[in-house]
Amino acid sequence: MTPPLLDVEGDEHGNTSLMTSASTMESVFKNPGLTERNYLGLSDSSSVDSSAVSAISEMKTNNLNLKATELRLGLPGSQSPGRDPDADLASSPCLDEKPLFPLIPSSSSQKIIVSGNKRGFSDTIGEGSWMIGSSAIDSDASKSLANGKILSGNQAAMIKDVASKVNGSNASVKKVNASNPPAAKAQVIGWPPVRSFRKNILATNSKNNDEVDGKPGPAALFVKVSMDGAPYLRKVDLRSYTTYQQLSSALEKMFSCFTIGQCGSQNLSESKLRDLLHGSEYVLSYEDKDGDWMLVGDVPWDMFIGSCKRLKIMRGSDAIGLAPRAMEKSKNRT
Amino acid sequence: MTQSFPEEVLEHVFSFLTSHTDRNAVSLVSKSWYDTERWCRDHVFIGNCYAVNPRVLTRRFKEVKAVELKGKPHFADFNLVPEGWGGCVDPWIVEMGRVYSGLEEIRLKRMEVTDEGLEMVAKGFGKLKVLVLASCDGFSTDGLAAVAANCRNLRVLDLRECEVEELSCHWLSHFPDSFTLLESLNIACLSSEVSFSALERLVSRSPNLKTLKLNRTVPLEKLSTLLQRAPQLVEFGTGAYSAEGLDAYSSLAEAFSGCKKLKSLSGFWDVIPAYLPAVYSVCSQLTSLNLSYATTQSPDLSKIISHCHNLQRLVVLDYIEDTGLETVATSCKDLKELVVFPSDPYVADANVPLTEQGLVSVSQGCTKLHSVLYFCRQMSNSALVSISKNRPNITCFRLCILEPRSPDYLTLEPLDTGFGSIVENCKQLTRLSMSGLLTDRVFEYIGKHAKKLDMLSIAFAGDTDLGLHYILSGCDSLRKLEIRDCPFGDKALLANASKLETMRSLWMSSCFVSFGACKLLGQKMPRLNVEVIDERENLNSIPENVPVEKVYIYRTVCGQRFDMPDFVRIMGKDKADVYNLS
Repeated sequence: MTPPLLDVEGDEHGNTSLMTSASTMESVFKNPGLTERNYLGLSDSSSVDSSAVSAISEMKTNNLNLKATELRLGLPGSQSPGRDPDADLASSPCLDEKPLFPLIPSSSSQKIIVSGNKRGFSDTIGEGSWMIGSSAIDSDASKSLANGKILSGNQAAMIKDVASKVNGSNASVKKVNASNPPAAKAQVIGWPPVRSFRKNILATNSKNNDEVDGKPGPAALFVKVSMDGAPYLRKVDLRSYTTYQQLSSALEKMFSCFTIGQCGSQNLSESKLRDLLHGSEYVLSYEDKDGDWMLVGDVPWDMFIGSCKRLKIMRGSDAIGLAPRAMEKSKNRT
Repeated sequence: MTQSFPEEVLEHVFSFLTSHTDRNAVSLVSKSWYDTERWCRDHVFIGNCYAVNPRVLTRRFKEVKAVELKGKPHFADFNLVPEGWGGCVDPWIVEMGRVYSGLEEIRLKRMEVTDEGLEMVAKGFGKLKVLVLASCDGFSTDGLAAVAANCRNLRVLDLRECEVEELSCHWLSHFPDSFTLLESLNIACLSSEVSFSALERLVSRSPNLKTLKLNRTVPLEKLSTLLQRAPQLVEFGTGAYSAEGLDAYSSLAEAFSGCKKLKSLSGFWDVIPAYLPAVYSVCSQLTSLNLSYATTQSPDLSKIISHCHNLQRLVVLDYIEDTGLETVATSCKDLKELVVFPSDPYVADANVPLTEQGLVSVSQGCTKLHSVLYFCRQMSNSALVSISKNRPNITCFRLCILEPRSPDYLTLEPLDTGFGSIVENCKQLTRLSMSGLLTDRVFEYIGKHAKKLDMLSIAFAGDTDLGLHYILSGCDSLRKLEIRDCPFGDKALLANASKLETMRSLWMSSCFVSFGACKLLGQKMPRLNVEVIDERENLNSIPENVPVEKVYIYRTVCGQRFDMPDFVRIMGKDKADVYNLS
């Protein structure tokens, strides 16, 4: 058995006590290279960010010209006439180039959907901890990790400290809890650990029966995304987006390694990238409940996620002829 | 030591060893025992498909009849492993097809299975009797049709919680009319209709059928037909358990009463309570009841459960409430396993009166209870202590408090003492999943007491690297460790590097393990694959001290994988270090 890479010192009985080991380990493993980092800042999208992103962009889309929601025909790859390109770009917090999958016609939806939250995100962030009631420790599930701080042994003491303070004022804490019932938190990926088929089935179940508390569960809705020529599929949770724009940009990120060859955002100038994407040969299509393939973007977002079974990024040449059917279908459906 | 027994005698002795752990132990005794054992092992279990490769398998074992393979890490069940990660079974099928023409049983869990792979199985293994696909995906009903058409000796086709692309409802018709050997069919995971007439004909011509688990689309009105054709069923899963009116009731009740051997019931989607009494006649026979799709209220659930005096396994939604669990505690004295799923996992305050009290009641009343999976919204240290003292015989304890980092709701303290009590009192504990507010202290308890712990799942817990260090240095039997969103980092991992070779795998996501540490670990430990799974762009320009998104570390004799997508890297292995045993 190979010896451990770095030795841990303990007392002679082979026990490591809480405090001494902490300081011992600090000194043994001192590595100036290991600094605290906010690693969340480096990644563009994460499970934490998605809810923030969706809420922020949703607030922005409110200000969009309502004209943008009119249904219009257009060939894949072309801009719908009359769309305000600036408004489109403003609605997406991450995009500063044209979307890879130009959607027909527009990507914003009229209805405000807050995915996974009972109240707006801005309402919940101010709420602070509903557990300990202390602002010293941010107990919001993903936030404290998002801070990227390595909590030391002191933190444990701090938790105990606060807990004892809270115990002393238990009555007031309980009162606070009663008046501010915890809202549904922003969904953390993979939590609670329940299989997705179980979540989806329960969601449809509760719609069928007269629900006890009358609240539809905002279950995750994972659909597979395939792309012509890509070696493997991806999955996305449609409920984590509220607009077509978000979906489009997320997919773009996911599949960018397959598309324009090695065209990363570093090498091309912005205008050159735009030109490339303008002439983009890819469109986004989806299979609906009836098994038909339609172009994404025709119908309001709600209707889309209600009927979308899977997504496919197709070459533009394969997609011609899809658009008209979609229009007919949505007319016939209602 | 000279060999005193002829090989044939040794082989005969070994034939009584069925568990693969025993077989593995035997093969370590001496070279001659290793050789004898490998010639006569016919059931092979591979817990991590990347720990070995197909060639290693076929070179060591020559006459394999049954193979069991597991692919993706457990957290793939909760969408933490991106699509395309790996675990494809096709290369295994190709290699086994070449060597094991007599293969009779294939069991796969969390693997990518393609239609091409299923065709190869169907045409390559003429003696195939058992095909179990658990939590697999990547295949369609076309692949199933190929299996149905070609596997003349098939007894068991079990699609357990798979994701199947459902292109056609007619795949069942591909079982030839002359095919009468079916013993077990589980299609509960399919969401589209299957051809009912094909199903009915198949059931009618399968006199040995013991297990039949239908999918949701089979209507209640058709159930009595099927049950009448197969009164010998031991395990039955209904489809949607609802109908317009009550016309179908009496024939259904009569059909159930004809099933004298029925021991297990499941299904029950969209339950209409008025139809539940149709199963009363078989309740007293039942050892297993799965009502986890039955969104009916506690009184209806309690009524049916109160008839099930011989129940050993109960799976139910939190609609059962504490009162329902009290009924369980008084009626089901033989209960061994309890699973309570949440009906509304994302709502903070779902207004369902299921609390820690329900679990405490069951732990008091059911003396044989040894396995628990419980989702709830509140927990207290005192409840956990009670449970541990009531049921020291618990071997599997999985508790999920829905809100991460929830403290003891009575004292607002961490749940360290409660879980500490579990590991201290339940000395045979082999599996533990924890939740709630937990500090490093709970890991100290676990490291100290949980000596038989085999699998540990941790989320949103701990304060420092010490937590991880306690586990890795203290849990002697630990083989599988999965951690998410905990402040554990490089120090504990590197300090316990050698421990990792004694384990099957370690998963850490959203923790503080840095790229640099992963690289170092990969360099120093050639028998470990340190897979960094990270979907961020420009990975090469991220500094070494930045934490990775996810890392999956497992022991392997095969070194580098060659089927990795771009978001998976095996760290620290230059080409010069690659082991290549093929």
